[in-house]
Amino acid sequence: MKARVTVTLKSGILDPQGKAIEGALKSLGVRGVASVRQGKVFDLEIEGADRAGAEAALRNAAEKLLANTVIENYRIELTG
Amino acid sequence: MKSAVVVFPGINRERDMARALKLMSEREPAMVWHAETELPAGTDLVVIPGGFSYGDYLRCGAIAARAPIMDAVRAFAQKGGLVLAVCNGFQIVCEAGLLPGVLMRNAQLRFICRDVYLRVERSDTPFTRGYNAGQVVRVPVAHGEGNYIADGETIARLEGEGRVVFRYSSPDGIVDPNWNHNGAMNAIAGIVNERGNVLGMMPHPENHVEALMGCTDGRGLFAGLVDHFKLAA
Repeated sequence: MKARVTVTLKSGILDPQGKAIEGALKSLGVRGVASVRQGKVFDLEIEGADRAGAEAALRNAAEKLLANTVIENYRIELTG
Repeated sequence: MKSAVVVFPGINRERDMARALKLMSEREPAMVWHAETELPAGTDLVVIPGGFSYGDYLRCGAIAARAPIMDAVRAFAQKGGLVLAVCNGFQIVCEAGLLPGVLMRNAQLRFICRDVYLRVERSDTPFTRGYNAGQVVRVPVAHGEGNYIADGETIARLEGEGRVVFRYSSPDGIVDPNWNHNGAMNAIAGIVNERGNVLGMMPHPENHVEALMGCTDGRGLFAGLVDHFKLAA
């Protein structure tokens, strides 16, 4: 089973990298972008076919290591 | 003072720290590998030094914070043992939950390696008793992620409980955005935990302890710790 965990900064947390990218897009003349926030994507392969078990393992992984929940949110997707 | 320096893969300031500890305490510190599960018996002070543990992969300090030795460090801190965490060490203890908050990318997005000025906010901790409150010291920094942030409630608690022990300032002790090189909230350079036995700080006091280094302002921190244990003995 494949899975994806997306980690993003919580709203209100300053994101200097996102701001720099936002500025770079503006200077490239890319129009219509109001703001940019940078995050991380983890693609994982899960052993076995137990979806509930996989979700529990992914939550555990996200809480314990992949995200710092002081500043970040995470989203789990099982992608088949 | 019996000290132990924890060594993670990818750190590079452990020898500077060991040298400063030996110079100031006249005792060679134990070097403890991250895969160990116990600290040497009779350890007074645990030091988590600076560097780039695990190449700063994932988040600075995130992987080191989950190393086997960190359970022993946590237990040591819970018993009231003193923990000094510098630079990457500060990032590691925040990730390990020993201190609140996070060290984010510097506001200017640049790695900054130079001397900064720190105002010592209080002198009644084992880490700062070698200084006077309000004293300004010159200490080097070398980090890309030293921008301390925490939620409003945590900042209010840290300030209310007097747990900010070092703040970036001008040479005259004035806290001003121009002297806050990394954009840290409230110019926070170092904090202690609730009990006051875990100190995390971004600057490197161990690199200003000998005349050859051009400045000895970092000595006060180590001298204070040595005094603390002399009085306790």
